[in-house]
Amino acid sequence: MTHFSALSLLKNALTGNKNWTEQWPDAQPKKEYDVIIVGAGGHGLGAAYYLAKEHGITNVAVIEKGWLGGGNTGRNTTIIRSNYLYDESAKLYDHALDLWDNLSTELNYNVMFSKRGVMMLAHNVHDVQSFQRHIHSNRLNGVDNRWLNTAEAKAFCPPLNVSPDARYPVMGAALQMRAGTARHDAVAWGYARAAAKRGVDIIQNCPVISIRRGADGSVEGVETAKGFIRAKKVAVSAAGHTSVIMQTAGVKMPLESYPLQALVSEPIKPIFPCVVMSNTVHAYISQSDKGELVIGSGTDQYVSYSQRGGLPLIEHTVAAICEVFPIFNRMRMLRKWGGIVDVTPDRSAILGKTPVKGLYVNCGWGTGGFKATPGAAHLLAWTVAKDEPHKINAPFTLERFTTGRLIDEAAAAAVAH
Amino acid sequence: MLLIHCPYCDDTLPELEFAYAGEAHIARPADPSKLSDEEWRDFLFIRSNPRGLHAERWRHINGCGRFFNALRDTVSDRFLTTYPAGHPRPDVTKLEAAE
Repeated sequence: MTHFSALSLLKNALTGNKNWTEQWPDAQPKKEYDVIIVGAGGHGLGAAYYLAKEHGITNVAVIEKGWLGGGNTGRNTTIIRSNYLYDESAKLYDHALDLWDNLSTELNYNVMFSKRGVMMLAHNVHDVQSFQRHIHSNRLNGVDNRWLNTAEAKAFCPPLNVSPDARYPVMGAALQMRAGTARHDAVAWGYARAAAKRGVDIIQNCPVISIRRGADGSVEGVETAKGFIRAKKVAVSAAGHTSVIMQTAGVKMPLESYPLQALVSEPIKPIFPCVVMSNTVHAYISQSDKGELVIGSGTDQYVSYSQRGGLPLIEHTVAAICEVFPIFNRMRMLRKWGGIVDVTPDRSAILGKTPVKGLYVNCGWGTGGFKATPGAAHLLAWTVAKDEPHKINAPFTLERFTTGRLIDEAAAAAVAH
Repeated sequence: MLLIHCPYCDDTLPELEFAYAGEAHIARPADPSKLSDEEWRDFLFIRSNPRGLHAERWRHINGCGRFFNALRDTVSDRFLTTYPAGHPRPDVTKLEAAE
């Protein structure tokens, strides 16, 4: 596997770029592994990487039903932020943000992490009060977030319509400067390459059919389309399909799967300097390095696995974008798509052990899993290797739905996220 | 956009007229104070979330305003049938034979 550097680029350029080697081999399953991870998205591949790098566990397989990074990792709007209200969430997402900072160097892969700032718009008195509460809470947790008045928000993002005549006028905004975007595919590819280099097998086009448990109840391995694969430890990181797989091990999950949609415009010259989110009119927008406006929509109201989603949501989102950014109202949209997100009742993730010995789960990231990728991966690897949660993910248990110790980000933000 | 048949109005109308209201046939416990923590968790939070046939509640909010139930395939989003609230879940094999 070639180490990427200016020198290797130059050398390969001089030989007509004919000597690049594959970035990772397409592995076939062995009979047995120490750890099997179900789902080769950013979270699963990252967990394999941290298992190998930080815990010395290299006999690991990541099993994927489709192609690597083809689920929600390749379908999200690439927004990264950590300005969550509750202490538990702030620590969790800020841990991820710390890892994002150095990820390109660590993986020797440019994940194009760009700290361009995420600005959340306040359109009414409730928004103003709620965001200021978020800002104070964030600052107590050491998470950067500050308040901008309307003029400052306009200066930070010139395309913004701040007219007082707007249906939902901009009354100010919360700005997290450390937040931004990254190239989603590169995150999956970078982790896959770095994990494969340390001996991890990445097995694509191999659906996991069920999880097999032994007579004592503990995990024995997984039944797949390519036969039975033995492992004493199995970690499920399968986003919208997590509850289906967990059910085969007899574990009922507090999850519902919904389609979440996004769309992109035709590419244009750089015009949009940051990420803007508005919970009230429900619009998310940023501009990719290719020049497309990347727009996030909402979840459909009904449970579905269709990876498609309904058009009424797209219409609603685009209407909101045109209201907040009238400059874009003649833009043409190129394509839209959907991913299946697994939503918990309190809109916080579940990351930890399960009632089944040897079975671990990383799920419930809902509409906001991408930003957590390095953090979730790092903490899942820790939990699997040590058979106990790290103190950061210790509150994100499955048991909280029995004890009632919820982390209610749903009520905190009043939107799915 | 889904087209949904309201069993009361006997009309097939766009999804925008309806509000989804979660999984159907989850009965509130008869004697709540007798429930264990696990039973409360199951009632409040655990949902079947199937990849396939799903019994779910809808409300014709911009029409007659009444709740009804539906059987829908969550992979194709195709509705098999809708039926009034309070009726038992229809037998799928009979539905398919009737088609």
